[in-house]
Amino acid sequence: MSVWGFPTLAGSLVLAPLFLGIVNRTKAAFGGRSGQPLLQVYFDLAKLIRKGAVYSRTSTWVFSAAPAASLAAALSALLLLPLAGFPAVLSFPGDLLLFTFVLATSRFLTIVAALDVGSSLEGMGASREAAFSALAEPVLLLGLAVAAREAGRDSLAGIIGNVTAADWQRAGPAFVLVAASLFAILLAENARIPVDDPNTHLELTMIHEVMILDHSGPDLALLLCGSVLKLWVMAALLAGLLLPGRTGFPVLDGLMFLAGMFALAVAIGIVESTIARLRLDRVPQFLVGAGAFAVMALALIMR
Amino acid sequence: MRVLLDTLMVLLVFTNLRLLGLSRLSASIRTVAAQGVLLGLIALAAHVGPWNARILLIAAAGIGIKGVAFPLLLRRGLRAARIRREAEPFVGYIPSVLAGVAAFVLSLGIAARLPLPGTPVSDLIVPTALTTMLVGLLLIVSRKKALSQALGYLVFENGIYVFGVGVAYEASALVEMGVLLDVFVGVFVMGIIMFHISREFDSIDTTHLATLKE
Amino acid sequence: MLSALVLIPAAAAVLCFFIRTDALRRALLLGAAVAHAALSLSTWFRAPGDAWNGTLRLDAIGQPFLTVLSALFLAATVYAVGYLRRESPGEREDFLEGFRFTNAPEAVFTGCLLFFLSTMTLVLLSENLALLWIAIEATTLSSAPLIYFHRHHRSLEATWKYLMICSVGIGLALLGIFFLAVAASAAFGGSIPLSVHALCERAAGLHAPWLKAAFIFLLVGYGTKMGLAPLHTWLPDAHSEAPSVVSALLSGALLNCAYVGILRIDQICVAAGLGPYAQGFFVWFGLVSIGIAAAFLLAQRDYKRLLAYSSVEHMGILALGLGLGGTAAFGALLHAVNHSFTKAMLFLLAGNILTVYRTKSAPEVRGVLRRIPVTGVLWLAGLLAITGSPPFGTFVSELLILRGALDQGRFWIAGLYLALLTVIFIGMAATMTRMAQGVAPQIPGATPRREESLAIGPPIALGVVALVLGIYLPPSLDAVLHRAAQALGAG
Repeated sequence: MSVWGFPTLAGSLVLAPLFLGIVNRTKAAFGGRSGQPLLQVYFDLAKLIRKGAVYSRTSTWVFSAAPAASLAAALSALLLLPLAGFPAVLSFPGDLLLFTFVLATSRFLTIVAALDVGSSLEGMGASREAAFSALAEPVLLLGLAVAAREAGRDSLAGIIGNVTAADWQRAGPAFVLVAASLFAILLAENARIPVDDPNTHLELTMIHEVMILDHSGPDLALLLCGSVLKLWVMAALLAGLLLPGRTGFPVLDGLMFLAGMFALAVAIGIVESTIARLRLDRVPQFLVGAGAFAVMALALIMR
Repeated sequence: MRVLLDTLMVLLVFTNLRLLGLSRLSASIRTVAAQGVLLGLIALAAHVGPWNARILLIAAAGIGIKGVAFPLLLRRGLRAARIRREAEPFVGYIPSVLAGVAAFVLSLGIAARLPLPGTPVSDLIVPTALTTMLVGLLLIVSRKKALSQALGYLVFENGIYVFGVGVAYEASALVEMGVLLDVFVGVFVMGIIMFHISREFDSIDTTHLATLKE
Repeated sequence: MLSALVLIPAAAAVLCFFIRTDALRRALLLGAAVAHAALSLSTWFRAPGDAWNGTLRLDAIGQPFLTVLSALFLAATVYAVGYLRRESPGEREDFLEGFRFTNAPEAVFTGCLLFFLSTMTLVLLSENLALLWIAIEATTLSSAPLIYFHRHHRSLEATWKYLMICSVGIGLALLGIFFLAVAASAAFGGSIPLSVHALCERAAGLHAPWLKAAFIFLLVGYGTKMGLAPLHTWLPDAHSEAPSVVSALLSGALLNCAYVGILRIDQICVAAGLGPYAQGFFVWFGLVSIGIAAAFLLAQRDYKRLLAYSSVEHMGILALGLGLGGTAAFGALLHAVNHSFTKAMLFLLAGNILTVYRTKSAPEVRGVLRRIPVTGVLWLAGLLAITGSPPFGTFVSELLILRGALDQGRFWIAGLYLALLTVIFIGMAATMTRMAQGVAPQIPGATPRREESLAIGPPIALGVVALVLGIYLPPSLDAVLHRAAQALGAG
């Protein structure tokens, strides 16, 4: 348990909605609009907390408990992640697996809540989410495996922020493949285009949005917070795995990390604006393609 | 230079996997054109020592013929056949991509057992060449449209070409020219045959070409 | 002089596309064939020097095959003149399915035929492996339009398969050449010559694992072109859908050219000490080819496909003989010569039968002996020849291969070889004799006509050669074949 992890934890909680704001602003820029204010997500959270919640008569305690539990799971993932040169709050050998499963738990709770509503639309979204994450999770583990093999360590602390420029020189192509693979998984897990359109209003085309259709008020705020944190966590994982160089100075490390996150947010926005959403039966191909990259990277590193 | 060459090789393998998963024929032709350009760049990157006129000519010929001329020829064939997409192939798209990845891993294994004598410029040459060849063969065997089979043949030849330029011995000049000549005429003749196929059957689905048996 | 052998047909081919009158074009075809035959005959009397800076050379392996090629092409040309006269331009009706189709323009046929001759000659004369490879690819490309002479969907299918399968095989052979260059890099340093002669000289310095890999790829690649099972799948379709003249050349000459390609790499392997390694593969491919041919011959209803599978069988015998080595290797080379004459004759006869009976189905053909007697007699003689009965040359060569197997104490191989040959004899004899005997049915639409001299002259000539070679082997041919066998390590 490292105390030095708490500042970054706090910083993440504060900055995560801003990340989503940057993504949305980038999309607006591509669309020729000025778009939402950068701090819109904060305003949304504040608005939602003040409202009251409405619960359906067909739902049970699971429905009301799930948002909080899901956010708790996302926060636990954050506890395991070392950011910006600071150590993680919790770190032990094998915490890669716990990281992945905690994210999976968060997703599971959302799915269960969706099923608990008793409506077919949420059930449809839940089944889609479950199917796609069944493909996405192994790929995430593979990507982490590649990074772990490369670093020779089995803890997140060992692999994040450990990549130097020399490593890039030596195994550049493998890193590019892992980056592409993890980026694809990031898009899939966080319901971004090309897997899911967060701005659609047609329920039949939604995956993530339709699962949380019935939540309102503080529950929705917790869910929004959870999804924003999940996006931050996965982006931070990607940035930490791939940013080369590590100076000894915390401030410089922190600035580099923030710059990386900013770049990643812009990249997500660009990808969302330029690629069309995939037909639902093509999403497995997309995920298998990401898996193929990860396997190739693994093969390249292990030869 | 080594990292650049490795990156180009990995990009080549990426184009192979993309071809395995694509059903739109015009996108497939574009991918094969990209492969041609990559091959020219690989020829330049794998050359030991400063670039001379011969290697520049080979790279230019590779990019010109494989990256520009063939795709043009094939696109004309595509327009003549008036089709857009490949029919569901004998081996589905996801199994094809997985088979391509398996081919890559297998090629890495084979290359480990058959090391190039001397100091090779990159140890990804043999795996990439073998992968590309296997992917080409898979495309020929599993696709139904004659155009896809011709593309598979091009990819197969690309794999052999990668081996030739990567190994980069002085003797290979003649053979490189031979490859280009052969593929040129081969694709030319295949283009003619495809034209006849499309005229004969009003489609270039090779499942029509299955009456001769036993 | 060697360059003339290659360039005269090529130049004639180009001219063919510019000539407008059919008669002049056929005369040009005949003229080029005669010139080619005269030149290759003259090589027996005066050994020609190297050409193109040593890349063209006529050695002991190339000479008998070159003579066979010239002879076959001349016979085929004479037959083709009559054939082209019969294949009148315009629409024709298909025998099998009744639809109407057209033939390719005669200029294309004649031109490609001459290119085919030119490229095959180049294969036989090439000393340089890269040039050999280019020449073999060129034979594929120049023979594809010949297979697609009758423009309908079956021949299109046969052509597409031929082009695809053979091109993939040739690609694999190219990879084999690259591997060979890698194997030779240790022995040669900077510039690596791909000449058979140079590689054999420094064969001891070749890197063994890469040489072995090179051999495998070259064997599979050229073996596809040669028709070794299981790479033979293009052969029956191409031979049955092509015009009989083209089938005769494909079986009699082209398969030999692919064989020569394999012989060249075997030369290098033997010189590098990998002879036994190579021989194992040859024996395996040989037996599998004979076996698969036997299986498909038994129930064959199409007599041209029957002959095609017989070609697969004989290519298997060639591979087996090469694999056994010693006397059997000599026997294999002799067999290549004998088989070419016999198979070409049979295909030309099949063309005659097709013209008269208008069907390719063997059960529907009856009474060839009565209807077209010369063809019928030659057909039966050809049956005896192709199955290796005395007094034909094929008997001697197949016996030599058997003796080679027994001498080495490989009784299982000898036994299997004999058993398969017996099965093939039964299969072919049953079909072919039934075709010859009986009463000819009334064929609608066919007017009874006498056999044209152009249609029976060439088969008679080829049959006579096949017979003579069985009784009397000219000493010069004997000597050349022995020298060739020695080059392949037969000792």
